[in-house]
Amino acid sequence: MAENVIGTDISPPDLRAKITGRARYAEDFRAEGMVFAKLLLSPMPHARVRSVDTSAAEAMEGVLGILRAEELPVQGGGLREGALTDEPKYEGEPILAVAAVDETTAAAAVEAIRVDFEPLPFVLDPLESLREGGPDAHVEGNISAGRGELGSLKWPASVFEEAGADRLPMGEAPTEWTIGDIDAGFDEADVVVEETIVHQSVTHHPMEPRSCMAYWQNGKLFLHGSTQSTERTRGGVARMAGVDADDVVFIGEYCGGGFGSKISGSPIMAVPAVLSRKIGRPVMLRITRYEENYIGRARAGFQGWARMGFRADGRMTALDLYLVQDSGPFGASDVFTAGTVATASYQPENMRFRGVAILTNTPPRSAQRAPGGAQIVAMLEPLVDKAARELDLDRLEIRKINAPGHDGWLGAQQGPFTSAYVREALDLGGELFNWEEKRQLSGQRNGTKVTGVGMGLSPFTAGSAGRDGLLVIRPDGKLHVHQGIGNLGTHSIADTARPAADVLDLSWDQVEIVWGDTSKHLPFSTVQAGSQTTHAHTRANHAAGTAMLGLLQELAARELGGSPTDYRVADGRVFRAGNRAAGMDFAEAARRAIAIGGKFSGGVVPDDLNDATKAAVAGLAGEGLIAAARDNYSRGGSVYTWVATFAQVELDVETGEVEIIDLASTTDCGTVMHPRSLAAQTNGGVFQGIGMAKGQRWVFDPKWGIPFTKRFYTARPPGILDVPLSPRFAAVDEPDPHTPVGAKGIGEPPVGAGEAAYVCAVADAMGGLCLCRTPLTADMILAELEGRPRPYGLLDTHV
Amino acid sequence: MLQTEAIQARRGGFTRRKFIKGVVAAGATASVSGYLFRGSGVFAPMLTAQGAVERLITVNVNGQQRRVDVPKHETLAMTLRYQLGLTGTKLGCDRAECGACTVLLDGVTHYGCSILTHTVRGREVTTIEGLEQDGQLHPVQQAVMDEGGFQCAFCAPGFAMSMVGMLAKNPNPTREEAAVLLSGNLCRCGDYDKILNTAMRAAELSGSRA
Repeated sequence: MAENVIGTDISPPDLRAKITGRARYAEDFRAEGMVFAKLLLSPMPHARVRSVDTSAAEAMEGVLGILRAEELPVQGGGLREGALTDEPKYEGEPILAVAAVDETTAAAAVEAIRVDFEPLPFVLDPLESLREGGPDAHVEGNISAGRGELGSLKWPASVFEEAGADRLPMGEAPTEWTIGDIDAGFDEADVVVEETIVHQSVTHHPMEPRSCMAYWQNGKLFLHGSTQSTERTRGGVARMAGVDADDVVFIGEYCGGGFGSKISGSPIMAVPAVLSRKIGRPVMLRITRYEENYIGRARAGFQGWARMGFRADGRMTALDLYLVQDSGPFGASDVFTAGTVATASYQPENMRFRGVAILTNTPPRSAQRAPGGAQIVAMLEPLVDKAARELDLDRLEIRKINAPGHDGWLGAQQGPFTSAYVREALDLGGELFNWEEKRQLSGQRNGTKVTGVGMGLSPFTAGSAGRDGLLVIRPDGKLHVHQGIGNLGTHSIADTARPAADVLDLSWDQVEIVWGDTSKHLPFSTVQAGSQTTHAHTRANHAAGTAMLGLLQELAARELGGSPTDYRVADGRVFRAGNRAAGMDFAEAARRAIAIGGKFSGGVVPDDLNDATKAAVAGLAGEGLIAAARDNYSRGGSVYTWVATFAQVELDVETGEVEIIDLASTTDCGTVMHPRSLAAQTNGGVFQGIGMAKGQRWVFDPKWGIPFTKRFYTARPPGILDVPLSPRFAAVDEPDPHTPVGAKGIGEPPVGAGEAAYVCAVADAMGGLCLCRTPLTADMILAELEGRPRPYGLLDTHV
Repeated sequence: MLQTEAIQARRGGFTRRKFIKGVVAAGATASVSGYLFRGSGVFAPMLTAQGAVERLITVNVNGQQRRVDVPKHETLAMTLRYQLGLTGTKLGCDRAECGACTVLLDGVTHYGCSILTHTVRGREVTTIEGLEQDGQLHPVQQAVMDEGGFQCAFCAPGFAMSMVGMLAKNPNPTREEAAVLLSGNLCRCGDYDKILNTAMRAAELSGSRA
């Protein structure tokens, strides 16, 4: 019997390439005759291009072509973002692109182009846009009115006057839902806490900028890009280029990080795709770190207000939440998730959620690990601590009191979870961190340093269903797992193949992963985002593995006699139960499948497969024993993962600097697929959250509307010295009963857990004082400790 | 209002160029240049005519003498990636902020994005591609395999080179010393725990090999 590979540490199959320099990321590809493109970026946050004079640039030697917005098959407009635009909505939005024999020439040509911009009013702070007469991000308005249309939302001056400077103004909210009776909930409360809270916007900044290279051959577009998804990127690229998906070969074998910013392609990919067709040469567009700051996506910021009511026993009777989202120029959906995520933490008996999403002339937003979730967790967890202090309850205890059990519910619809081992995760975390002992250290002073301890509990959606799996046993006897998902560093490209190996009782060295190139016949997959992949594709590959098992048994019965149920599969052989000799190895099975054809080698496929999978099977037909199956397993509720992080910090009261002394995280993410990788995903997410809590931010020049924080040194993600040397981790490791392998995703929830644990620990070190904003920079902390006036308004963003 | 003033200032028929100057005066820049690959394009004859530096030079990369035609302002990272086909050296920021382009010069770590190729003549350049010897992984690479190191791994070649440099300086570092010696490299996935495990494993493997 082969050893079960689920739950063991493996070396991902691409690791050797990654560590020898042979792994090729988008900018590592070359094509014969390749030339370079550079972008002309808008120098203004909101403007209209009146005219463009490219004559000087076109006359330059080596300039091969200029691409304007109007030449793109996908046009921007309203809330739709184009790769290029004549009406820029943020500083740095690409206006046009120049191709030249080398980059210097392209850049010189960009400088030689004269653009006449008509400046338009711009807005950086959503609240400014909500004021009557305040500026709007678009000429047509400041909010989405649905279906890509714009609308306008203004609040009367009285709303702002009533709120004053230190409380969130709360006018009419386009999004509102309630659970129970919010007023009754507060009536029942023994303790009520209330705060106005600000969470910043943060650029994703994956290490690999979204460079891309494209060329055309025989009417087909070949595009090398950096995306999180593979199969689901091709359609988007086809639309950008104005061709059928069949005419696109998308290659993305490695992705140098995405975190939600490269889910299924980037708008900018249209530039090399279309420009290379126009000039008849392969075009490389290298995106700089500076450009990545503009076009590389960011997390949406919130200005929020929350009021919570608790009974003396610690149960949350009411949660009233109001969020104003900074949506950037084209919108963001974080605000619509945030309230739902809060229910998965606290199960409030009564709740009201109100939300407003306002467009601004700041870089575009997209999902960033736990979009809406990380923000709301980091914003609300300090309030729970505040209530716990007033109720004289332990902070871990109050979270356990309110956390959902298996009978818990999610969101306004109050639907069920597939599983929720939240209290188990909290208990495990308490033990791992030694909470009982550590919480005694709270406030302890050592020289200039004060100890704080804190924790954060962070839920997020962690699965989806209904994708396809595609397996081929080739005449080499190996199981080839075709993966349409991308390779963004989570190791899921390999880990989600494990169920197929386990169902077939095959050792891991007999498994080959096929990925990263849409010409390699990839099945319909989830977009690699929202922590869906582990759940969705362990299911899909389990289904395909089961189908393969059936085909092997059927093939053996047909060739060797007896009925399919007489046959077993193990160690790369299909054989009669009780007689290993009476059978054949996988190589032989593949050869016979090819000879027989039909359903054994892709000639007939299940009807319920997605068309993309059917096309992939058709491309592989006759190459081996082929099994493709749709994930038809039942789901039974919302798939959620929880992470709890515990932090011990030392706050230096002379400098405002915070050092993290100890960090421990636990999770309920169902069955552990890959222990080492799971710990790494969790710790990495926790660190990203700490980066937000500690200092990553945007700062704009209010007069010109341009950002100062454009590079790593002005908004640095955490470095190796910013985090503890040995963060600890443990998983509950209880299978989710509604999915065959029991595994849920892990990508998103650690971020909010790390961020909240840090914010809560800092507040604890300050005697329970919540500054109610992120980032918590040293100068803010120091001003507070020294009783100096705050150098910022309580509602100010981008500070 | 500041903004109104700014818009009025710009409406005075500003060209993009003038606007940039205006913005520079206001304390920021909006330049698209920098991080450029010149290649052997149209500027080549002009630069040769300037005659300040010999363009055709020999550099020792991974033990081999390589003849390359390099403009005087080209960075080592660009020469490696675009002239010598050594794309293992990554560019994450091109401004000495992230360390993805880390290479060794005479065994000492340097940011390839911030070294001019002309200055490495006569020195030994080692890149990630030069660590493997006859199909045998370097102890640092083997340590990565053993520990399942890195996530997206765009930073991995740079970190690996820093680890090689680190072990030359301190063959037996503590975890804390390793963190300090590797602090010039950034990992956005935040895989620092595994990176430090790898560093410790690399020290162990190097020790047993020596």
